[in-house]
Amino acid sequence: MEHTAPIVEDIFGISWLDVNLANLLMIAVASAIVFILSVIASRNLKMKPTGLQNFMEWIVEFVRGIISDTMDWKTGKIFLPLGLTLITYILVSNLLGVATVGVVGHDLWWKSPTADATLTLTLSGMIILLTHFYGIKVQGMKNYLKGYISPAPIMLPFKIIEEFTNTLTLGLRLFGNIYAGEVLLGLLVSLAGSNPFGFIGAAIPMLAWQGFSLFIGGIQAFVFTMLTMVYLSHKVSSDH
Amino acid sequence: MYSYIDVLTVGASVGGLRVGDMLIQLFFFLLLLYLVKKFAWGPVINMMQKREEYVADEIEAAEKSRADAEKASKEAAERLKQTKQEAQKIIEDAKEAGQKQEQLIIKTAREEAERLKESAQADIQNEKEKALQALQDKVASLSVLIATKVIEKEIDEKDQEKLINEYIKEVGEEL
Repeated sequence: MEHTAPIVEDIFGISWLDVNLANLLMIAVASAIVFILSVIASRNLKMKPTGLQNFMEWIVEFVRGIISDTMDWKTGKIFLPLGLTLITYILVSNLLGVATVGVVGHDLWWKSPTADATLTLTLSGMIILLTHFYGIKVQGMKNYLKGYISPAPIMLPFKIIEEFTNTLTLGLRLFGNIYAGEVLLGLLVSLAGSNPFGFIGAAIPMLAWQGFSLFIGGIQAFVFTMLTMVYLSHKVSSDH
Repeated sequence: MYSYIDVLTVGASVGGLRVGDMLIQLFFFLLLLYLVKKFAWGPVINMMQKREEYVADEIEAAEKSRADAEKASKEAAERLKQTKQEAQKIIEDAKEAGQKQEQLIIKTAREEAERLKESAQADIQNEKEKALQALQDKVASLSVLIATKVIEKEIDEKDQEKLINEYIKEVGEEL
């Protein structure tokens, strides 16, 4: 029952360029689903919203609520598309692994892309880089640097460490939740497949855990977006 | 139990820093961000903004028209009040004019009556004078007649007196 990942090493003969093909597949699938659903839902936009447009606008309002909770809406406005893409992409990614897990041979092909630490850390790293970029862009280099030594210069090491811990916690929180969910689902599946008693014993926990995983997936998408906005607000707001 | 723990511990590969995966994730996420912003969220947000503006415009227009209506109604009330006052004034004027007219009519009637009375009195006086004149004329002619009769009869004094008295009596009766 050992699952391996379909890793291709040294692409184009470059020694450090390894690719997990399962990740490539799942990222592409998650992105495609998000893109297609978003585009379908935002067709036939009308002044008087109906059906899916209401849902889309609800999401927009939701993310707008997250942003205006953490920072001034005037500066936060530009982060709205980022927040929307983050929350939809992560939600879809999380739910992909809850609904289905696919194994071909011994390789785990179909899973949540967010159940891979590399990918979540990539996302969190990107977010942290973005916070620095917008911090400099909105506040100016001087105020951005001043942020490291306020309220006192002794804060400097802590502030620098904070950037790394933020990256790690943001990425690993998402990874841990989703990965744990998938591991437990996999465990229940193998229990169900082992013998008839195991099937009966695993059915109920399986249902419960899938429901819980859906909940976790939603919560983690929300938390990731929320924290992204919090980190952004720390950098773009002058009062922090 | 051992086999389950085995599943738990192995699962999908966790470790390993695969730069290729990172690049793919980054590429796909940024591509997705661009695409959904352009084709899905952008239009939705635009539409919401448009609606917000529309609603704001509508509210503004409604407020404006309400203010206009209020102004118009105020104006109408003002005009109504003015009209009422004018009507009141007209009625009062008419009343006054009526009273004046009445007094004038009464006065003229009185004057007319006075005039009529005076002219009647004058007529009476005139008639009276005429009558007196006629009487005097009659008296004169009667006197002549009496004298003639007296002369004709050659009556005595007693008879004359009796005659005169008779004639005078006759005259008095005639008068």
